Amino acid sequence: MTPAGPDAPAIRLADVHKSFGATAIIRGVSLDILRGERHAIIGPNGAGKTTLFNLISGRFPITAGSIELGGQRIDTLPPHRINRLGLSRSFQITSIFPRLSVFENLRCALLWSRDYRYSFWHLLPRQRALNAATEVLLEEVNLAARRDTPAGLLSYAEQRELEIGMTVAGGASVILLDEPTAGMSHSETEYAVALIRRMTQGRTLVMVEHDMKVVFNLADTISVVVYGQVIASGPPAEIRASRAVQEAYLGALDQ
Amino acid sequence: MQVVVGSLLNGLVYGMLLFMLASGLTLIFSMMGVLNFAHASIYMLGAYFAFETSRWIGFWPALVVAPALCGLLGAAIEVWGLRRVHQNGHIAELLFTFGLVFIIGRSVQMAWGMLPEPYRVPALLDFPLFTLYGLQFPAYRAFMLLISAGMLGAIWLLLKRTRIGLVIQAALTHPGMAAALGHNVPLVFTIVFSGGCLLAGLAGVIGGNYQSTEPGMADSMGPIVFVVVVFGGLGSLAGCFVASLIMGMVSTFAVVIDTSIADLLRPLGVALHGDDLLGEILTVPVARIGPLLPLLMMVLILLFRPRGLMGTRDT
Amino acid sequence: MTRRDWLPWLLLAAAAALLPWLFYDWGHHRHDGFVVSMLSQMGMMTILALSYNMLLGQAGLFSLCHATFFGFGGYATVHFINAAADDTLPVPMELMPVLAGLAGLALAIVFGAMATKQRATAFAMITLGIGELVATAALMFHHFFGGEGGVTTNRMIDRSLFGLSYASGIQVYYLILAWTLIAAVLMRLQTMTPLGRMANACRDNFERAQFMGYDPRIVRFLQFSLAGFFAGIGGGLYAITYEIVTFDAVASPLSANALLMAYIGGNMVFAGPVLGAVLITLLQSGVSLMSNSWLIYVGVLFIAMVTFAPGGLAGLIMAHGPIFRAGRLPRLFVPYLRLLPPGIAAIGGFVGLVELISFLTIGEAQGRHLVLFGSPVDVASATPWTIAAAMLLLGGAWLRHESRVFARVWQSLTSDLIEARG
Repeated sequence: MTPAGPDAPAIRLADVHKSFGATAIIRGVSLDILRGERHAIIGPNGAGKTTLFNLISGRFPITAGSIELGGQRIDTLPPHRINRLGLSRSFQITSIFPRLSVFENLRCALLWSRDYRYSFWHLLPRQRALNAATEVLLEEVNLAARRDTPAGLLSYAEQRELEIGMTVAGGASVILLDEPTAGMSHSETEYAVALIRRMTQGRTLVMVEHDMKVVFNLADTISVVVYGQVIASGPPAEIRASRAVQEAYLGALDQ
Repeated sequence: MQVVVGSLLNGLVYGMLLFMLASGLTLIFSMMGVLNFAHASIYMLGAYFAFETSRWIGFWPALVVAPALCGLLGAAIEVWGLRRVHQNGHIAELLFTFGLVFIIGRSVQMAWGMLPEPYRVPALLDFPLFTLYGLQFPAYRAFMLLISAGMLGAIWLLLKRTRIGLVIQAALTHPGMAAALGHNVPLVFTIVFSGGCLLAGLAGVIGGNYQSTEPGMADSMGPIVFVVVVFGGLGSLAGCFVASLIMGMVSTFAVVIDTSIADLLRPLGVALHGDDLLGEILTVPVARIGPLLPLLMMVLILLFRPRGLMGTRDT
Repeated sequence: MTRRDWLPWLLLAAAAALLPWLFYDWGHHRHDGFVVSMLSQMGMMTILALSYNMLLGQAGLFSLCHATFFGFGGYATVHFINAAADDTLPVPMELMPVLAGLAGLALAIVFGAMATKQRATAFAMITLGIGELVATAALMFHHFFGGEGGVTTNRMIDRSLFGLSYASGIQVYYLILAWTLIAAVLMRLQTMTPLGRMANACRDNFERAQFMGYDPRIVRFLQFSLAGFFAGIGGGLYAITYEIVTFDAVASPLSANALLMAYIGGNMVFAGPVLGAVLITLLQSGVSLMSNSWLIYVGVLFIAMVTFAPGGLAGLIMAHGPIFRAGRLPRLFVPYLRLLPPGIAAIGGFVGLVELISFLTIGEAQGRHLVLFGSPVDVASATPWTIAAAMLLLGGAWLRHESRVFARVWQSLTSDLIEARG
């Protein structure tokens, strides 16, 4: 058991296995993600990257092994508990609150971290500190112009930016982003990368990405997942040079 | 002994009738994720259609005509109603089938009136099949068992042995994949929905003269069918079968049990009186609270095993 | 909160307060009993519908046992009032609804703990079971529920904060109005609390809410319990008004009513259910007197809304908002006018057929003569049937055509606006 405390890795996966029925998706993954690291997880389609995310964030239970967050076991906890321990994530398919306005989406993301819990006696329009913090967040994701628009009416890229904002809003120390730039145009991607870098300052960032430019731009460590196992893990230069990675990942490295 | 055997047999008959209804509902739910609130209403229509057909043509044709009409109605509902509502979301589908209950219910009242219709057992089957422990077992009930068992067998064969059955099973758990493989999933949906309604109609044909054919039938059968589905587990036909039999037995046996909880406690020296609500609950004979028992069982299973007996899908 | 938000409510409250006086019989110095009674009913139904929408519209929970908490509040209040009458519970009449609410809350907590563990469809089924359970129990047990006959009370217990006896219907009405306003305001404020907003969030996206630290099940549980509280208040007023509560107050038709009112009125806007409550109460009092088949009409209206206008009436009205603000509303006058004749024909034909069929089976047996739209009709001849059928079929086809035209006009207007907004 790793000790909890500042020395513990942000996330530790120890021999994690996951099978859906008879099909093994994750076949023994052991990985340490250090505090403050910017860690990208790459790999061919179907390798199990999103499944790893789902396991870490508590969406699915693991079949064997253990997952620790800052030294504490989380693989048996429900998602909201894991979130309260300081882990937050975004989804491959944009996941926001379409009928609430942009402002309210962000404000909701701030509620728990500001100890509002399940209060039905605080009137939100009167909460000055909360609303001020939401305005700041709104500016940071550059959606102030769309403040009162129902989130479902935003453009695709705007929605993804909103989601990133919601993911980091609660002050989580470990951020998981699942293909944050998927489906974005070149300029939108550049913008998103800058946004991500800015908003995850000082936090641990784990990203699943297919866009190699983004990966090499943002990440200081890269892990390559193929067929449910990590075949390589290290700094970008090392990964770029790795023969094993090149073989497994033929042609997917676009520069 | 007579009572026990009689209740066993009657419980079996009633349980199989429940299964006919509940199986259609489970299939529709497993497949399309839609809870067809109007299922018991279609059952009622089946009974009325059968009544009319037996009046003008005969009982035996009714066995075919009434379910066919219900199946067609189901297809119409699915194609012109449910399909359109589907895009409005899950709740909208529930609301839609719920709204059908009003319309069908009132239409039946309008078309046939409020009084029960004299839908009788056909003369050919109206004789005691055998006598056991002094109780006569009507041939018609054996017929009902035959039909419901036959139906169960037919469903099993259809799902496990035919191609369309395979497609239905695939679409049951992986609709997206089935569509990707080129199967016409909307058509399959329509077939399943109208098939479920057909089953409900068939249940109505044989149930309508076993119980009474009147506008309140849907309201009295409806809740217990839902209880069966929840108890057995959403998505499981086997669980549905077991639950139907259990509920059938419980309902039938309850009627003959005259003891109450207080009676059971009395030998232990506990004397209870029906002076307050708790006392009343404990002193009431089981026979009187018969209708409550299936509902209580549903509440209990949802408390302790929300999946149901054999549920496969996470509800 | 700006003045603009409260103003319509204030006006509505004032109108509701003054309405009975419009029908006042100055000659005999008395109120119109029918009007007061209907307004009272509207108040209670408003509370029922608004509290139901806390579940349906705000939390995305389709509950089928809402009347259970309304009725339970009613039953409890009967016992509370009886206790107050023989001095065991010294609570003034004006505060009885609070106790009723607490009763509803207690029951909702018990059942909510079970029901809200489940997701959408299973939730609906378990609430159906709960509703049936309580309704059946209410019929069976005499203590507390009074069995088939129900429980009765007398509201003139001579305990009042304002020295009122509540002997007259108008006094009861003002009590109802006051509580309806209080309940409505509280429910409105609740939508602006963390719980209220998170209920919306869980409705929109269960999973996302989890990843913001909230357990959606607890959100739903609390929302369910609060909805039960407000429903109980409505039930308390019911008990005070009618002085008798029977199993009808917990039965499924009343739960279905709550659903109809909230949905038809409009479940996506806070005030929608108010509109629905008023409308359905009017229809029930008015139409059901004229026709046996009002349930069919409501059912068809309901299904039509589910299919074509899921936002209900309030949603339809609000959809005109952007067009109105852009000053383009007049452009819809003619298209609407064009919808009117085929619409009237189709609806008239439908109503005609329904009434004809209904008369054949029910009305005739009751020995009445059929009077449709003011003129007596001979059911035996073919004429009324062919007219009705023709109106329905031809009107329906024409309506279909006109609605396509209308849709095109609407599309062009709204797409213009989206472009203008850029």
